[in-house]
Amino acid sequence: MDYFFLTISFVKIVALLAVVLGIMNYTVYAERRISALIQDRLGPNRVGPAGLFQPIADAAKFLLKEDFTPAHVNKFYYWLAPCLAMIPAITTLAVVPFGSTLFGVPMVIADINVGVLFVFAIASLGVYGIVIAGWSSNSKYPFLGGVRSSSQMISYELSLGLAVIPVFLLVGQLRLSEVVRYQIEHGWMIAPFLGDWTNLHKWLLAIPMFISFIVFTIAIFAETNRLPFDLPEAETELVGGYHTEYGSMKFGLFFLGEYVAMITGSAIIVTLFLGGWQFPGIPDGSHGWGWGLLNIVVFFAKVATLLFVFIWVRWTLPRFRYDQLMRLGWVFFFEIALVNIFIAAIILAYFPA
Amino acid sequence: MALTVSRPKLNWPERLYLPAILSGMAITIKHFKNMLLGRTKVTMQYPEEKWDNHMPEHYRGAPALVRDETGRIRCVACQLCEFICPPRAIKIIPGEISATDRFAKVEKFPQEFDIDMIRCIYCGMCEEVCPEQAIYLRKDYAITGYTREEMVHDKEKLLKIGGVMHGLVLKWNEKK
Repeated sequence: MDYFFLTISFVKIVALLAVVLGIMNYTVYAERRISALIQDRLGPNRVGPAGLFQPIADAAKFLLKEDFTPAHVNKFYYWLAPCLAMIPAITTLAVVPFGSTLFGVPMVIADINVGVLFVFAIASLGVYGIVIAGWSSNSKYPFLGGVRSSSQMISYELSLGLAVIPVFLLVGQLRLSEVVRYQIEHGWMIAPFLGDWTNLHKWLLAIPMFISFIVFTIAIFAETNRLPFDLPEAETELVGGYHTEYGSMKFGLFFLGEYVAMITGSAIIVTLFLGGWQFPGIPDGSHGWGWGLLNIVVFFAKVATLLFVFIWVRWTLPRFRYDQLMRLGWVFFFEIALVNIFIAAIILAYFPA
Repeated sequence: MALTVSRPKLNWPERLYLPAILSGMAITIKHFKNMLLGRTKVTMQYPEEKWDNHMPEHYRGAPALVRDETGRIRCVACQLCEFICPPRAIKIIPGEISATDRFAKVEKFPQEFDIDMIRCIYCGMCEEVCPEQAIYLRKDYAITGYTREEMVHDKEKLLKIGGVMHGLVLKWNEKK
């Protein structure tokens, strides 16, 4: 085995995990501050300058609380569920290229050729955490939350999968770093006509790509249980939904798992549609390690922008009713995504570049 | 009989919901922007900023005893406030003023005057009933303490909150 490869991979894993967990903590803080500002409040601003140490205080609170297990739960699954909520979200990040190269090392932990299939496979395991939590809690509200979650995630995974097919029709590969490379050469998926204004082929391609982007983003909202699709939690109806019976750090893991899923979802949207780590005018890492670092910063800046949109949408829209959610998933997004594949295929077949 | 609620007929851009969602998001981002730039000012940062300057004239805060211009405690220990107090927060032990005192004709003064601020409901009846205008509800509202004993305001504390009140009642003036 190649020791260099092992060491580098280990360093990348630790670094990425540290960065993502840091971003996650500050996403919670950002969520609280942004929601407050949207509602004309101030939000947490007491711990440290402008409340910046609030995540540390929150983590300390979670860790110091009594780790209580109710008597009526199924102990094994009750303990397993929070881990299952957190692990898939983090694991998915392994295949996302978060930078170009740094000292000649590609900034992706595992550049596997099944890329996006791996993402879908692992991300759909996330539903197990919620379903098992709802089931093992042996209580009505968590159970309803778990049932809702399973049907919601399964429904929206369809449109999630179908929405990315046009991208891969175009790129011809599932490897995520290839998708990024294609976007560097041919323009971002969301706006392929940029810099090539007279090309009819690219203008036509922008239509299915934009529809894909919208459907994929909305499906990611549903997959991460964010409002307006937060039926598994639905504080106003189900107390806390699937994590009603959880306390202390076990609740914390669910809570943070949701935010990590948000970050992962944003990272995948950025990789597939928004050009990954590339930004016009910034060269890649082969021109020096400074540029390599800047590519990573660009990637996380794009992720942060999407996270802001996630939070912004959450504090704007009301929750869907359950039948509306199902109708939207099965009647609209599924069909739109399906038709969109044909549009993309027709454009590729009859309007070649 | 079932009541049929008429639903508005939506045209197709309305049924698409996206324009409505976007306009909603425009509204929330406007609030966000105005808060961020400090154009909206709603929250009062409590311990740093206080209500003190915004308190209305009729505000009923902590009850307090007052002295008159000569420094005499106005209270004559008639105990009317003790009797009227709905939660029975006031306890008065009257004392006699010695015959040699300047205000000997007042006859009584409060030897002890306690108001239990845990019981006090800030109704203002003591102020209303007082024939001497000796007890007033001041604007102090943050009455705190670590023990129940600390929450009982004794005479010194009440006089400290109350301070000196000029005018109004002059009937114990020796010139009259």
